[in-house]
Amino acid sequence: MIEFRLETRSGIAPYLQIVQQVKHALRLGMLRTGDQLPTVKEVVGSIAINPNTVLKAYRELEHEGLVEGRPGVGTFVLKGLDGPPPHAHAALRRSLLRWIRNAIEAGLDHDSVEALFDSTFREAAEEEIA
Amino acid sequence: MNALEASGLSKRYGKKWALENCSFELPAGSIAGLVGPNGAGKTTLLHIAVGLLEPTRGSLRILGEQPGAAHVLSRVGFVAQETPLYKSFSVGDMLSFGAHMNDGFDTELARARFSRLEIPLDQRAGSLSGGQRAQVALALALAKRPEILLLDEPLASLDPLARREFLQTLMEGVADTGVTVLLSSHLLTDLERVCDHMMVLGRGHFRLIGDTADIIRTHKVLIGPSERAGAVSGVEQVLHQSTTERQATLLVRTNGPIIDPAWMVNQVSLEDVVLAYLDSRAASDATDRELHAVQEVAR
Repeated sequence: MIEFRLETRSGIAPYLQIVQQVKHALRLGMLRTGDQLPTVKEVVGSIAINPNTVLKAYRELEHEGLVEGRPGVGTFVLKGLDGPPPHAHAALRRSLLRWIRNAIEAGLDHDSVEALFDSTFREAAEEEIA
Repeated sequence: MNALEASGLSKRYGKKWALENCSFELPAGSIAGLVGPNGAGKTTLLHIAVGLLEPTRGSLRILGEQPGAAHVLSRVGFVAQETPLYKSFSVGDMLSFGAHMNDGFDTELARARFSRLEIPLDQRAGSLSGGQRAQVALALALAKRPEILLLDEPLASLDPLARREFLQTLMEGVADTGVTVLLSSHLLTDLERVCDHMMVLGRGHFRLIGDTADIIRTHKVLIGPSERAGAVSGVEQVLHQSTTERQATLLVRTNGPIIDPAWMVNQVSLEDVVLAYLDSRAASDATDRELHAVQEVAR
């Protein structure tokens, strides 16, 4: 069983924090196939958040095929998260490196590169949610 | 179904309007935060909802009914400010009293809560700590198995630990029963955790009503060059603006992504958004002007 925590000043929606924490636990093997997630009542009793937030997070995980809600029983892990294969990582890394070199050649300093990446990443993430 | 529905709701004390022309709907199952400074009209609104006060004009319906009738009150839980309890009553006395006064009172539910919170049944209300008193009042209100629970500043006099414990109990109650909650408070970080709806009241008027996640998602702080502050694509309204000769910091409501790289886009806390709306009496003219400027450029 895992426990959740909520960072209210992070600017990340609470339900998304729960989704991320479940995925993190799946990636690191702290949650395995067949494990039960904490019940909604257990979560709200420990971190004092809106039950609908927990339901929304579990629905999202269900939608992604990672967990399964069994009515009257609980929510269970369907499969672990292995992440993409290593060669996909390497290819993405190469194209990101190319992009960074281009940015520096165009005259951006380190902070500007980071800021541009951050703001673009946030925008893409938000579009994906919306 | 709406748990609460107000239309043109107004309440006058002497010459002063405590609420003026307030209209809103609160869907059943919501957990709503009623926010505003002292004297904004929060308690007046809650007292109208439980039938302790009559509106001067307009109407409010609770669970689809006129507030105050006995058959409605049995479906409504209310915890008044300062969580008043009969001082000489023991916790057990209050349980018996509650069971006597309310059909379907869930004595076992309350008893289980008291035992988990380690509040003995023979303890007198007068000797409870502030946190325990609030917990007892909440447990009694939940044991009534209400369809809507109204809480007037339940967190105000509690320390941070007691506040967290109170909200844990409240959220467990919601998880158990799906009760609609309207909770007045000025402690925004606590509300942000639990409330899916925010109702911001300032001097008798609603300044902002909406879904908490939408509110946070659509408000941003932009920092950029002041000569371009008049028209930023993606900005619906500028709520607050501070400018130096060259730099402008804008708290805005957006209606699309801010793509212009001249603007640094920052997340904004619920607290800052609420404060901006409460502060907007003086700024509202300015906001209108800015909004018009934005619209004109957009044309």
